[in-house]
Amino acid sequence: MAYSYYPGCSQEVSTKAYDHSSRAVAKALGIELIEIDDWNCCGSSPSYSLRDVESYALNARNLALAERDVPDGDLVTICNGCFGMMDKTNRRLGDDATLRKEVAEALAVADLEYRGTLTVRHLLDVLVKDLGREKIESKVTHPLEGLKVAPYLGCAFSRPSGIDDTEFPTALDDLLSWIGAEVVEYPLKAACCGGILMMSERQDVALKLVHTLLTEAVRRGATCLATACPLCHLNVEAYQGQVNSRFGTDFSLPVLFFTQLLGVSMGLGRQDLGLGEELVSAKTLLAPFMT
Amino acid sequence: MPADTVQMARREPELSPEQEAILHRPELLKCIQCGTCSASCPTAYAMDYTPRQIIAALRAGRLEKVLRSNTPWLCASCYYCTVRCPAEIQFTDLMYELKRMAVRRSFYPRGSPALYKAFVSTVDRYGRSAETELMIRYYLSRHNPLGLLKLAPFGLKMLLRKRFPLLPHRIKGRGDLHKILDHIAQKGEA
Repeated sequence: MAYSYYPGCSQEVSTKAYDHSSRAVAKALGIELIEIDDWNCCGSSPSYSLRDVESYALNARNLALAERDVPDGDLVTICNGCFGMMDKTNRRLGDDATLRKEVAEALAVADLEYRGTLTVRHLLDVLVKDLGREKIESKVTHPLEGLKVAPYLGCAFSRPSGIDDTEFPTALDDLLSWIGAEVVEYPLKAACCGGILMMSERQDVALKLVHTLLTEAVRRGATCLATACPLCHLNVEAYQGQVNSRFGTDFSLPVLFFTQLLGVSMGLGRQDLGLGEELVSAKTLLAPFMT
Repeated sequence: MPADTVQMARREPELSPEQEAILHRPELLKCIQCGTCSASCPTAYAMDYTPRQIIAALRAGRLEKVLRSNTPWLCASCYYCTVRCPAEIQFTDLMYELKRMAVRRSFYPRGSPALYKAFVSTVDRYGRSAETELMIRYYLSRHNPLGLLKLAPFGLKMLLRKRFPLLPHRIKGRGDLHKILDHIAQKGEA
């Protein structure tokens, strides 16, 4: 199975563990991820907040490159934010003839064309739907028995895309249960982390959301959170200190990408999975499952 | 009655065609003011107008008040309002549209788009986002070097885990990217 692969800017340095672990598990599962040559940023919500056609064109360039180089494969990303922008662009280009023409004219200036043949996917969705339970279970050598994980999927995986239930997405619960983890019932699994508000002047608003997410995870008995998005990941992991000083709490909850947990269950090594780069160490937590 | 309020809005003399367009989005007429959007919004408590009030104010022709409010800038783009709206109003997309309109007219609470502008300037220059430069540009644009200094411990922690981006990645095709963006900008002005 071959797919075009779009890692996303965050995965270059600050959350490169997500990129590394995604490539490692894909390889071990027999999925070929072909990185889009010279891809550009999806523009994320800031670009779409300031201009619309330009934002669609940013994403259309990536779609055009992916379609040109891997014409028969879906385009796979691992970031909820990139997934949301690329999926929105793909759908709008399909529905809106005026926009399609404007974007096509702009792409033509750079000798690019997008024919609209791709489907934009999230790696989690690919693993759950295209591979499925049997295939994944067959690769599990170190089931994560007794590891209490809160599945935190955040917003843009299922909203507005609809690739999973928009209120009660189950893809992450399923995957975690297949690899032997004890999936904690986590009602906030599709709630918002505050997104880019965390970097803005209204950090207080985002910290309050993260405080709620952490409180509920701990109350439900989780010993770690699993994420499928670098922005969710950064907000719930790197800002625990700020949450603690603002709310007088004492959170020290490891946060791991779902690909890292999957990789551990498949017996992959620490280095392949980018383990050790966490700000809240998961070393002790994962020690029983490491070879 | 919704239809009447829109009629009133149309009679306001100072409205530009662009303002008319947003006040007369047909989907706004479908709003029954049930408040599902506001109840679903995780940041509504901090907003000048809740999502439900935004639609009410737009129907009453109060576009400038809406654009000067902090509401669009507190939207975290979670899309709960959109997927739950019984009238299928694309409220999150409306928030994006209001942000774009506020920026074009310079009607916004002081500083609101600064972070977004800093982000977009690095993306357009390099073809990738550059987190470190973004934060430097953002804090300097807000004349807040102290804020930048406060980020130092965070930066150091990231640096120790080899997660601190020092230099931006420049894509090879940034000439092409600039041509694409310039083409659209020029068409917009024509």
